[in-house]
Amino acid sequence: MSRSFLGMPAFPRAADVSTRDTRLRANLTHATRTIRDKRARAVAELDDWAGLRAAGAALKDRTLRHLDRYLEQLEESVVAAGGQVHWAADAAEANRIVTRLVRETGEREVVKVKSMATQEIGLNEALAEAGIRAYETDLAELIVQLGDDLPSHILVPAIHRNRAEIRDIFRREMGKWGRPAPEGLSDSPAELAEAARLHLREKFLTAKVGISGANFMVAETGTLVVVESEGNGRMCLTLPETLISVVGIEKTVPTWQDLEVFLQLLPRSSTAERMNPYTTTWTGTTDGDGPRTFHLVLLDNGRTDTLADTVGRQALRCIRCSACLNVCPVYERAGGHAYGSPYPGPIGAILTPQLRGMAGPLEQSLPYASSLCGACYEVCPVAIDIPEVLVHLRERVVEGGPVTRGGARVVLKPARGHAAERAAMRAAAWAFDHPGALRGGMRLAARTRRLHPRRLPGPGRAWSDTRALPAVPAESFRDWWRRTRGANGNSETGGVE
Amino acid sequence: MSSRDVVLARVRRALADVPRGEGPHDPPVPRDYLRVHGSRTTEETVELLAENLADYRAVVHRCAPGELPALIGRLLAERGARTVVAPTGLDPRWLSAAEVTVLPDRAGDTARELDAVDSVVTGCALAVAETGTLVLDAGPDQGSRRITLVPDHHLCVVRVPGQVVGSVPEALPRLSPERPLTWISGPSATSDIELDRVEGVHGPRTLEVVLLAEEGGS
Ligand code: SF4
Repeated sequence: MSRSFLGMPAFPRAADVSTRDTRLRANLTHATRTIRDKRARAVAELDDWAGLRAAGAALKDRTLRHLDRYLEQLEESVVAAGGQVHWAADAAEANRIVTRLVRETGEREVVKVKSMATQEIGLNEALAEAGIRAYETDLAELIVQLGDDLPSHILVPAIHRNRAEIRDIFRREMGKWGRPAPEGLSDSPAELAEAARLHLREKFLTAKVGISGANFMVAETGTLVVVESEGNGRMCLTLPETLISVVGIEKTVPTWQDLEVFLQLLPRSSTAERMNPYTTTWTGTTDGDGPRTFHLVLLDNGRTDTLADTVGRQALRCIRCSACLNVCPVYERAGGHAYGSPYPGPIGAILTPQLRGMAGPLEQSLPYASSLCGACYEVCPVAIDIPEVLVHLRERVVEGGPVTRGGARVVLKPARGHAAERAAMRAAAWAFDHPGALRGGMRLAARTRRLHPRRLPGPGRAWSDTRALPAVPAESFRDWWRRTRGANGNSETGGVE
Repeated sequence: MSSRDVVLARVRRALADVPRGEGPHDPPVPRDYLRVHGSRTTEETVELLAENLADYRAVVHRCAPGELPALIGRLLAERGARTVVAPTGLDPRWLSAAEVTVLPDRAGDTARELDAVDSVVTGCALAVAETGTLVLDAGPDQGSRRITLVPDHHLCVVRVPGQVVGSVPEALPRLSPERPLTWISGPSATSDIELDRVEGVHGPRTLEVVLLAEEGGS
């Protein structure tokens, strides 16, 4: 458990390696196409989808625009229900808080339900340094953890592994962490799931401390919501004596009633189901049922910086459904690891540079890890205009400009000696070197084109006035390419319209 | 300055663009989505629930009021269940025909003890037809959350049509957020291995639902 996303190479280099991995490509193509088709059917069942999507986007905007007020209300409600609330300005602080809370219980082991926030802050590594072992209990996360690997998809973190690899990992590693894999374990999914059940049950039945994230937090009532399929969530949320939930501040929703919108949007967008097998809600603690102690750690770690960007802010609406990954032609080719963060795909391309800032080459290249086809915007259940934010962030990389880091307003310099621009251009060139990725996007582009702005709003306007906006229109992307790379641009790629 | 103050101050600074006059209930949220999808008679709603439960691989049974004890007895016998955990408020008649040892839902029991139990029998708070979902709210006939989690077989009785609602928007106002809720749509499942769906990783691998016609009802 030593791997981390930090220090990953920039997108084009990582993608270059992953696209040569044919097994990875085959796994991914199969997986994303399957989910994508199922999702379209699940969404088509609801003839008010557009209305739900508009309500979801508006509810998140309402929360974000008054986040201070809703966070205070949330804190009050959680405390009134018997919970304890902690605030963490950054990853290090969140890790310190959780480590202290676990230490105070006297325990050296914790069970975890899949949580992107804790991956983001590197909690498992921080706990390991303090001598505390964290067991991931989501089947895919278990595969990732046992394989000393990194997750590559929001919903199916081990999407890059096939059944034979999983069997090998189980046979080799399970015994080092607890109950070994059964003798003669085959690679049938049912047997592999059974092996995971037996291995993890040992952990669940003895664990005194559980760590989770949450999909939603209701300000009005102080209720937390976890949506899952396997039941490992229920195990972690109800069996331990102490529950610690680490949740990004943007997961707040105003009222109990608002869940009627998100509990319809999330499962259909995510697993393409009418409803996921299990949803757990809890409000503080309940006598004789579930943990006796409940801690909520509210995590900033770059979220308020993202909030300060009036264009980029919309990324905080994300409900982590993963629909945008499954339609993205670039994700399908590059795989999740190339994005260098727990948030892969189109949402990762706009969230990671905002959460971490745009000083490093990876963060500078991410806004270019897209063909700007617009498919991600079309499927997003909370209508995040990912192409708009990508273009906005590209402007920041190339031109510099005002950004917020650690709560302070700073002016980002244009990429030094155009080094960053070159790094970024390599990502764009990477997309052009993979005409399938590009064309896949462009077919969709024609359908979604009218949904996208031609000019940037606000401070980006001057920039877009003198440049063809590299938003959805596929030709503009090529124009922009020629303009920025001159005669070197390869006009043969794409073959559009 | 505490981290609480730091984070809240950052939020306020980040939102300098939000006009002062804008209240926490702005911007408006369009609520013109549907309360329920399509119009159905009460019978059709129950039928849809049965269909969607079955679609998610729950095993669905129906029975008239007098038939419940015999049905429960038969279903437990068919599974070879010898021990059954029951919530304290469960109608004792429900298990009167079952040849099993009934264990109460006791907070003092360890999870490991619960792991040795064959089945659990509960009622529910309500069921959602459009999504095929059972909602448990830890009421007296449902017990603590863990008893419907650890045993491998869950038998859940839904009174129809009284406990059935059409949709998620119809369900939430009938539920209290102060109670811990468990929404169950089919048995535990995973699709993490090459997207092949496998039932039962951690929760009960078999979910049986009895749709119990209410006295005087259909
Ligand atoms: S950006 Fe939208 S589509 Fe992508 S994961 Fe978030 S909510 Fe889902």
